[in-house]
Amino acid sequence: MSVDTRAGTTKGLAVGGLGLRLRWRTILVVGCAAALLLLAVAAHIGLGSYRIPLGEVFEVLLGGGAESQRGAVLDVRLPRALVGVLVGAALGLAGALFQSISRNPLASPDVLGITWGASVGAVTVIAFAGSYGQLSGFADGVGVPLASLLGGLLAGLALYGLSWRRGIDGYRMVLIGIGIAAVGANLVFWLLTVGDVQVAARAMTWLTGSLAAAGWGDVPAVALAVGVLAPLTLFGARVLGVLRFGEDTARGLGVRVNLSRTVLLLLAVLLAAVATAAAGPIGFVALAAPQIALRLCAVAGPPLGASMVLGATLTVCADLAARTLPGVELPVGVYTAVLGAPYLMFLLIRSRREARV
Amino acid sequence: MTDGTGVAGEADPRQRLRAEQLRLSYGGPLVVDGLDLEVAEGTVTSVIGPNGCGKSTLLRALGRLLAPKGGSVLLDGERIDKMRTREVAKVLGLLPQSPQAPEGLTVADLVARGRHPHQTWYRQWSSSDDAAITEALAQTGMDGYAERAVDQLSGGQRQRAWISMALAQGTELLLLDEPITYLDLAHQVEVLDLVRRLNTERRVTIVMVLHDLNLAARYSDRLIAMRDGHILADGAPGEVLTEQHLAEVFGLQAMVVPDPVAATPMVVPISATGVEHHPESDSSNHPAEVA
Repeated sequence: MSVDTRAGTTKGLAVGGLGLRLRWRTILVVGCAAALLLLAVAAHIGLGSYRIPLGEVFEVLLGGGAESQRGAVLDVRLPRALVGVLVGAALGLAGALFQSISRNPLASPDVLGITWGASVGAVTVIAFAGSYGQLSGFADGVGVPLASLLGGLLAGLALYGLSWRRGIDGYRMVLIGIGIAAVGANLVFWLLTVGDVQVAARAMTWLTGSLAAAGWGDVPAVALAVGVLAPLTLFGARVLGVLRFGEDTARGLGVRVNLSRTVLLLLAVLLAAVATAAAGPIGFVALAAPQIALRLCAVAGPPLGASMVLGATLTVCADLAARTLPGVELPVGVYTAVLGAPYLMFLLIRSRREARV
Repeated sequence: MTDGTGVAGEADPRQRLRAEQLRLSYGGPLVVDGLDLEVAEGTVTSVIGPNGCGKSTLLRALGRLLAPKGGSVLLDGERIDKMRTREVAKVLGLLPQSPQAPEGLTVADLVARGRHPHQTWYRQWSSSDDAAITEALAQTGMDGYAERAVDQLSGGQRQRAWISMALAQGTELLLLDEPITYLDLAHQVEVLDLVRRLNTERRVTIVMVLHDLNLAARYSDRLIAMRDGHILADGAPGEVLTEQHLAEVFGLQAMVVPDPVAATPMVVPISATGVEHHPESDSSNHPAEVA
């Protein structure tokens, strides 16, 4: 590793073996966000009706601790926190991809209809596979996530197919996405009205996005998906930087624009669909995390790594609030907006710039 | 490369870029129909012609931004559309008309993107990238602006920043689409001086689209005058910029006198009464042609 301080070039940390160039500021942001994430996870595990001091939380995680603590931490709280980390990371990354491909800061899986597609899938299973809103083990544990994953992918496919006209145009993609979201939302409302009250109640719980039911059963699938998709996406970061220019410039620099956009869009749809299948539609993370990351790192487009870590941090902090604040436990999706929105607005006002991508 | 098609009277300069029976369109009627062209190594060529004559379209096709409907573009004898686009990008750089940079991008980052064709996913940065960027910024006199945002620069500085990016790409050929449009005269001259320096000092072969005939004459070895998708005149500025050609190409009645500074031909317009309206060429309103 070497530190480059020459004037006139991008300053940062050069990781020699990898030939990577990282900016100091980005490293700092990712480092701080990761530290905050670790603290939030520890707090998530330690706080609640049964309190475990911070030191003992780490002790348990490292294999020690009392039997009663091990039960609470390892069986209940740790999987929920882990799903929160993975889902948040996937949403942050998906948002950064959508915003970069469309060159539009408003492009998030919600606006583009991916989450609505996933919702149609999930609510269909809830409405038709169960009786009185109660689902049997298989339909609940596998049916809902699978249907939601399929719904999200179908919406993504529709988005891609309908936006394609000799290439993907960002503006067109956002408009088509808004249309798909509207169709999906109406299908969901129709499903809610044809089902009985119990169905509607259960569907609404899913539709607000919640980590309350997350357990070890959810971890492997999400971990595998994020573990494969995230590295693939991060390799694409270099191309994404060039795609933020106009199409002609990107082509002139030797980028196969349509192929790159197609692959990156597919990765974004997969990430968003997996996250939604695991925890329901957790709003705002995919929209806010990339924009917050962009402003903290002071770069020209949403930075992928920082968006991912900040997405995870935002989600876990929101779920921590959902779990521990007094009163009725609200779903995590409520708090992602409560926490993220004011902070994003603060950054927007402070930087005195239009939302940019 | 001796293909026997060098410019007559010269000792067979190497032809880098070649268009054969090129037919171009944006989905509608043909903008360029059956055009042949060769670009010799180490020359500065300017394409001139009225709005909608197909000059920007031609440049886009030469830079493989537009796939031809017929015919082909050859880079060093090889069909450009059959080559890997990254390999093309190592040899041929291009600067689109009014290129767009994301808001907040710094000059250093913009120029760094020029290294893209030389990088791979497993080797994203090397010291040769640093050297190329430092040199590109120095060449254009932009080294003092490295950390400034591109969107906050003046028009001339911005254009120099973009040319720096093309330089960092380190290509032997450079295609420039109206590089001085929207610049004031002093900045126009500044950018064209830079272009000429690249040509003489680094032997970069340049093809550009220009609107200003007098500057085109002064800074080019060769002018190509186009009208309605055809080449009407092709040669040294003195051969192309004649009163007769100006009438044919632009429908412009003008006097051509020697430029008192460079002795190149200088066009003094008299009247445009001869300008015909070409509804079919006006309707090919691709944004690149609306200038």
